[in-house]
Amino acid sequence: MARRAAFLAGAGAAALAAGLALAQAPGPAPEPHRTITSPESGRNYATPETLAIQDDDFQNPAFLWVEEGEQAWNHPAGSAGQSCASCHQDATASMRGVRARYPAYNAAKGRVVTLEQQVNICRTERMGAPELRIDSRELNAMTAFIGLQSRGMPMNVDISGPARPFFDRGEEFYNTRRGQLDMRCGSCHEDNYGRSLRADLLSQGMSNGFPTYRLKEQRVISLQFRLQGCVNDVRGEPPAMGSEEFTNLEFYLAWRAQGLPVETPSVRR
Amino acid sequence: FTEAVAQTAAREPVRLVPFEVVDQAIPRPLTDTPGNAERGQRLALDRSKGNCVTCHELPLSADFQGNLGPPLTGVADRYEPGELRLRIVDTKRINPDSNMPSYYRVEGLNRVRRDWAGRPMLEAQEVEDILAYLLTLR
Ligand code: HEC
Ligand code: HEC
Ligand code: HEC
Repeated sequence: MARRAAFLAGAGAAALAAGLALAQAPGPAPEPHRTITSPESGRNYATPETLAIQDDDFQNPAFLWVEEGEQAWNHPAGSAGQSCASCHQDATASMRGVRARYPAYNAAKGRVVTLEQQVNICRTERMGAPELRIDSRELNAMTAFIGLQSRGMPMNVDISGPARPFFDRGEEFYNTRRGQLDMRCGSCHEDNYGRSLRADLLSQGMSNGFPTYRLKEQRVISLQFRLQGCVNDVRGEPPAMGSEEFTNLEFYLAWRAQGLPVETPSVRR
Repeated sequence: FTEAVAQTAAREPVRLVPFEVVDQAIPRPLTDTPGNAERGQRLALDRSKGNCVTCHELPLSADFQGNLGPPLTGVADRYEPGELRLRIVDTKRINPDSNMPSYYRVEGLNRVRRDWAGRPMLEAQEVEDILAYLLTLR
């Protein structure tokens, strides 16, 4: 709000001239505003019982998905008769750090893609295999397996250059009130983290643990499934999983979580 | 069949009963039937209705009570009935940045879920019932 007010107040002739000069100069876009300057992982808001499950790989049910992902990694699929390993070999080396910098700008597509979408690009364009449905068990297994290879590495997405407009759209989605309850994402995750909504302790809504094993669903869920839940809870019309709107929002969320360690696969209530 | 009904409802916004805001309050009741505090308490707990307890502590026993908003105990001592009525109907007229939903409003909302579009969160009588309950909170 403060920023918007400042923008309106500055719409005089001088500001306009400065704006025009900026538009002509090919400099980098200004650093976006950070509402939360020292982000906290959702693990800081989880109960000790939930954390005990997350912190023990033998107890963490998400490792069933990780194992399925690892098997699929080495299993040929599609008309080209190739597996992921045919091109990327050992995932512990080739996929290290990948989760930490996704979503990422894809020059060939001219847009930002999520990790899920990149897996599907490889399947359809290189393997001759059908797309996996977003949030399907197979795709969540693959992203859990790939994500694990970055565990502990700091989130570090690149929002510069051609990626920036997609980031900006994600930021706008985040800050737009929606639904019958007329709330923005920050109504809960910026204004009220640490407070309770009935039985839920509100976290900062960070994305560094996804895909996550959700105890309530008894399965691994993708980030965009969780996002549909949050939009639904304010009685808003949720965008489709895999849509451009949610991809841009996921990009913005990754930047919000910048610096937090990847915790894939986390466990949440 | 129910779906068809819901869709028709979504296309034509429900017509709200007219009300007048005077000095940050709605002095006159929205209906002729006096509010019923017992029904109001049930509505304040009901997830598909007021669901006030999600954000507010209330002086009653419920498994979980939220604290996104202030506790409502004593609220009848702090406000006039008309002020409380406006806070339920459309609290954003008092504080445009509020995170509390407007319970009796259909205009000016963005991308409301299809099954709720064009309908207020509460019926006029339900607003009066919840108000009657709030007036017991001294
Ligand atoms: C025939 C070769 C080939 C196969 C098979 C293949 N990929 Fe890829 N993959 C590539 C290439 C080349 C890239 C570089 C980006 C691009 O141009 O798409 C890539 C990029 C990626 C990336 C992004 C890495 C980064 O550093 O940004 C991921 C993740 C990925 N692949 C996962 C998979 C998975 C999972 C499978 C199996 C389901 C798979 N790939 C199968 C060739 C392949
Ligand atoms: C009405 C309150 C509310 C709103 C508005 C809301 N959320 Fe949430 N969100 C929750 C609750 C409750 C949880 C589960 C507990 C927690 O982690 O905060 C949650 C969880 C999350 C998580 C998972 C955090 C983790 O550590 O696993 C993310 C990410 C998230 N929300 C993002 C969003 C985004 C993006 C929006 C806007 C599109 C949004 N939320 C809007 C209530 C809300
Ligand atoms: C999503 C959260 C939320 C819900 C649900 C909610 N409120 Fe609120 N309420 C708030 C917040 C936050 C405030 C603080 C004032 C503000 O932000 O405008 C508030 C303030 C109030 C106040 C003024 C209290 C004071 O001491 O100043 C009253 C009265 C009130 N709410 C009643 C209700 C009733 C009745 C319901 C249910 C029909 C309800 N609220 C549902 C968030 C909520």
